[in-house]
Amino acid sequence: MSLVQFLVLGALMFSFGVYGLLVRRNAVMVLLAIELMLNAVNLNLIAFEAALRTAFAGGQVFAIFVITVAAAEVGIGLAIVLLIFRNRRSANVDEMDLMRW
Amino acid sequence: MLDNGWGLSLIVFLPLVGALIILLTPKKNLAAIKAFGLTFTALPLIIAVFLIARFDYGAGSAFQFGTDLSWITSINARYHIGVDGISFPMLILSTILTLLALIYSFNHWPEPYNPKAFSALILVLGTAMNGTFVALDLVLFFVFFELVLLPMYFMIGIWGDKTMMKVPGFRIEAETRLYAAIKFFVFTLFGSAFMLLGFLALYYRSGDVAPFVRTFDIPTLISMGSAGAFTGTFAFLVFGALFLGFAVKVPMWPLHTWLPDAHTAAPTVGSVLLAGILLKLGSYGFIRISLPILPQEAQRWAPAIAILAVIGIIYGALACLAQSDMKRLIAFSSVGHMGFVMLGISTLTVVGINAAVIGMVAHGLITGLLFFVAGSMSHRYHTREMVRLGGNQKLMPKMGAILGFTAIASLGLPGLAGFWGEFMSLVGSYNPLAGLDLGVFRTAMVFGAIGTVLTAGYMLWMLQRVNLGEPSAEWGGHALVDADSYELAAWVPLMVLIVAVGVFPKLVFGATNSAVVSLVTKAFGG
Amino acid sequence: MVHASNGGVLAQWAWLIVVAPFVAMLAIIAFGKRMPRKGGEIAVTAMGFVFVYSAVLLILNIANGVIFEHSVQVAQIGSFTIEWGWVVDGLSTMMYFVVGTLSFLVFTYATGYMKGDVRETWFFAAFSLFAGAMLVLVSAPNLVQLIVGWEGVGLASYLLIGHYWEEKENSSAGMKAFYTNKIADIGLIIGAIVLGTAVGSFRYSDILDAAANNLSSLAPVAVAGGVLLFIGAMGKSAQFPFHVWLPDAMAGPTPVSSLMHAATMVTAGVYLVARMYPLYAGMASDMRVLIVIIGAITLLIAGLLAIVQDDLKRVLAYSTVSQLGYMIAALGAGGYTAGLFHLWTHAFFKGLLFLTAGSIIHAVHSNNMSDMGGLRKKMPVTFWSFTSASLALVAIIPFAGFFSKDEILATLGNNGYAWAMWIGILGAFITAFYMGRAMFLTFFGTYKGEAHVHESPKVMTVPMAILAVASLIAGWVNIPGVYEGFHHWVTERAITFPSFSAEGFDVAVMLTGLGFAIFGVIVSYLIYFRDADTQQARDRVRIPVLWPLLENKYYLDDLYLAVLVNPIKGPIARAVNWTNSYLIDGIVNGAGIVARYAARIVYGGLDQKGIDLAINTAAIVTGSAGEQARRLQTGKVQHYAAMTVAGLALLVIAIVIFI
Repeated sequence: MSLVQFLVLGALMFSFGVYGLLVRRNAVMVLLAIELMLNAVNLNLIAFEAALRTAFAGGQVFAIFVITVAAAEVGIGLAIVLLIFRNRRSANVDEMDLMRW
Repeated sequence: MLDNGWGLSLIVFLPLVGALIILLTPKKNLAAIKAFGLTFTALPLIIAVFLIARFDYGAGSAFQFGTDLSWITSINARYHIGVDGISFPMLILSTILTLLALIYSFNHWPEPYNPKAFSALILVLGTAMNGTFVALDLVLFFVFFELVLLPMYFMIGIWGDKTMMKVPGFRIEAETRLYAAIKFFVFTLFGSAFMLLGFLALYYRSGDVAPFVRTFDIPTLISMGSAGAFTGTFAFLVFGALFLGFAVKVPMWPLHTWLPDAHTAAPTVGSVLLAGILLKLGSYGFIRISLPILPQEAQRWAPAIAILAVIGIIYGALACLAQSDMKRLIAFSSVGHMGFVMLGISTLTVVGINAAVIGMVAHGLITGLLFFVAGSMSHRYHTREMVRLGGNQKLMPKMGAILGFTAIASLGLPGLAGFWGEFMSLVGSYNPLAGLDLGVFRTAMVFGAIGTVLTAGYMLWMLQRVNLGEPSAEWGGHALVDADSYELAAWVPLMVLIVAVGVFPKLVFGATNSAVVSLVTKAFGG
Repeated sequence: MVHASNGGVLAQWAWLIVVAPFVAMLAIIAFGKRMPRKGGEIAVTAMGFVFVYSAVLLILNIANGVIFEHSVQVAQIGSFTIEWGWVVDGLSTMMYFVVGTLSFLVFTYATGYMKGDVRETWFFAAFSLFAGAMLVLVSAPNLVQLIVGWEGVGLASYLLIGHYWEEKENSSAGMKAFYTNKIADIGLIIGAIVLGTAVGSFRYSDILDAAANNLSSLAPVAVAGGVLLFIGAMGKSAQFPFHVWLPDAMAGPTPVSSLMHAATMVTAGVYLVARMYPLYAGMASDMRVLIVIIGAITLLIAGLLAIVQDDLKRVLAYSTVSQLGYMIAALGAGGYTAGLFHLWTHAFFKGLLFLTAGSIIHAVHSNNMSDMGGLRKKMPVTFWSFTSASLALVAIIPFAGFFSKDEILATLGNNGYAWAMWIGILGAFITAFYMGRAMFLTFFGTYKGEAHVHESPKVMTVPMAILAVASLIAGWVNIPGVYEGFHHWVTERAITFPSFSAEGFDVAVMLTGLGFAIFGVIVSYLIYFRDADTQQARDRVRIPVLWPLLENKYYLDDLYLAVLVNPIKGPIARAVNWTNSYLIDGIVNGAGIVARYAARIVYGGLDQKGIDLAINTAAIVTGSAGEQARRLQTGKVQHYAAMTVAGLALLVIAIVIFI
């Protein structure tokens, strides 16, 4: 198992995540895409830590942080999407532009 | 305690305090407004009377009851006040007229009715007038000199004559009061701007003379001036600048044209204080500032001032004869009378300057009273046109008699106050300061004497048109109320003073003579 | 000659004479209306006091000679001292007596004459003011107080001439008097200034002392000062060409005409010349010929004017002017006593003449002699008083005027002014002629009017009778060679003057004068008495060119109006006013308007379209930039995410490239 394989996987996952973030219309799918990106980042971190154990020791710790933040962010994000859905009967991000100029 | 500055400071600032208190009084509480106004104009007079008893009449040019406190240290402007024999009579006149003006107003508020604002303005004006006469620092003097303009501007602009007038020679129409107020304010300010430049020039130059400290202090500048510190082109320019400022206020020909408009537009009390005191600020400035600080320059300018003064006398009298408006006629008569005052000043002699000061006091009393009566009359008849007035003596005997008395006083009848100013001006003109051109001054004297005839001319003519004859039919149905008690309360003291000063001129000369002798000796030697 | 006493207590309290009329005036103004005689009582009492006191002073002067002067300082102006004071000496005592006596009698008369007048109380107040001012004038120890009194009587004159001011002519007549006097007063004031400055003091004693001692500072201005003071005197004493106010002054009530314009006020000029006599006799003696000329001209032209008048008061007015001319001419010729003596006698008989005229006018309700006639039987006291006074005026012996006029003629003749003497003698003829004319037209013939004519009440006739007696005996106090009392009284002065003596009897002159006078009476008798009933002769005697000239008063009044008054009042005044409003004020207003245009240019052009443009552009640019920039805020999260990713990508590429 070489490092590059994990990195490629991570990059792929990150790209899928970016694609999902930018293209998907459903807010929940956007959140899912964000989760995917976060997981990709986690993967990168773990892979680098495994490869550079002595030089970069904080990778696993950093990954735990990311998981925590991701969890919090998902909680709040889903709560917001839920409230928006209740008020507007739609979770379509293209229609949520009240903060426009 | 009142001797060392407190007395004068109270006289100056009590009216201002009164104004502030009145502004805080609710509009509806007329009695309180009147009470405060009365108190804060009567108190300065009482203090002034108290100071009369303690005044040293032989003290010459020493300034009494004064104080000298540090005020604006960065430019060495000090709160230096004091009176001498020249300013003391003027200060007393100022307090008297302010009080009488307020008393008159109590029953004669001009339209639009606003006793609170009007009383406050009279009081502020009182402060400013009193302050100018006691100020012995150029900055302080300037502050009060300019402060005088604001209340008068508002008095004319708000309570003045609202009728429309055509500006002569141009196709413009304006409300009389607005036109007159702006004209008065800007014209005076024009002169004062140059006057300020003159003051500043003196300030800077004073640093070049021992003790090499720049100062605005008038007595210090006077000592420097009489020692010859200010000469040459500098003195010429400074005197010219000061001349502009004072000459507009006097008013000297040809800078007099604001006066007729201001007087016809102003409400009665405004005219009284304008003619009674404000005009004196100009000639007082000459005596207090121009002459002592720039004596050599004054000698160079004296013939020119004499000529302008005499032109003012004759011109004013002739213009009077062409007037149809009573108040405008009296306004031009002021130009003439102040011509005599300036003639006296231009002689640079003890006699002449004494004549000028008593002329100022007399004019304040007499023309103040004239404007009071004219104002009351125009209020009752709702017109100032002499063609429509006539037979006033029959319709309002008391007022007619007072008008007659005042007109006679105004034409300089000996035995009444106006005579001394005119006569002693002519005496001074015959024998001006050594070195001045006798030809100019004696010709001026002759024309001044001719001016007295013209003065008699228009005054008696005015009396004939207004007072005598039969009243015109248009006043048939009107119930014209003769002078009421407020008017008499304001007028009788003035009449008494006019006779008293006329019969016993020592009332003024007793104070002025010593100061003037000092001034002339110090400035012009021997 | 001068061995005088100082008058003692009476002289020290003599200021009461001056003050009493003023006190009376104030009392009349305060209480007069409520009193039964409307304040007249107060006035008469005050004048009575003055009369008695002055009589006592006169007697004291006769007995002992009094020279007293006292001044109180009222102001010090540099080196000049202003004082009020009073003099008691021969000249002033004589004047006090004249003023006191005439005032007392005329005031008494006036209480009857002015009864029921529209303004009776004010009349007595003003009349008292006059008396007070006149006394201030003659009691003055210095020129300033003289000027105060002088102008004061001028004021009183204005007030009283214009007493019936409902009609414009009356107030205009008052103004004419005031103006004419004011113009002449230019001379008085400048003369006082010139003399006062040269001597350093306004006091008579100082000035006359300087004149007597030929003070060097006074020498160059003495003649000028003398001329100037005389000009002032000309105004008050109605000398040519300042005489024009006196006839018009007849518009005033007759007591005024009697007291002021015959006996007292108009004599102020004569008094001034007499008071300053040491100056005129000494340093200013070069100008005396001018005085004689003016006096002579006046006496002649005024006398001629009296001939053509229909108004009785005007006859008397011109007669007064003429007699004043005699007094002035006498003083000019060196006849100090002569001039003053005529002043003395004239006061009595001319004052009386006016009182009788008033009595007639009161009865007949007209001033014009054409409305009179045949009054001799109806008003006997008036008639005999008139006769007595006329005989005095015409100078028939032994009436008062004879002695005084004769002395004047003698003075003129004996001092080198023979031409003036002959004018005076001609004047005697003219005087007799017009007085005869007046007498015959008024008292003889038949009465042509409708009024119910009766004699005046006692309060009027008694003063007239007293003065009628005075007109007879007043001249007896100075009969040269017999009793020269008057001469002694008036020369009791603090300063004596050079070369002076009273005139002796000159029989030739006396007889000539008397002859001409009688001749004049005869001529007037022939013309007017014989034709008394029809009186057509009045109009038949019309010398062609002379009469129109006289009736138009030599066109002098028209000249003054056309050349002096109307131009000043009309075109000149209007021109000055135009200059003021359109030229001088035009500059001021023009400055204001130019300022407004400049303001518009500066504001509209420079400010709004220049400076402000730059600032506004900057603002606008910023605004539109912001406007464009805000379009980035679409509100859509995915757009923001896209921008973030794009930015991130750029950043990574940048890092990769540059590191």
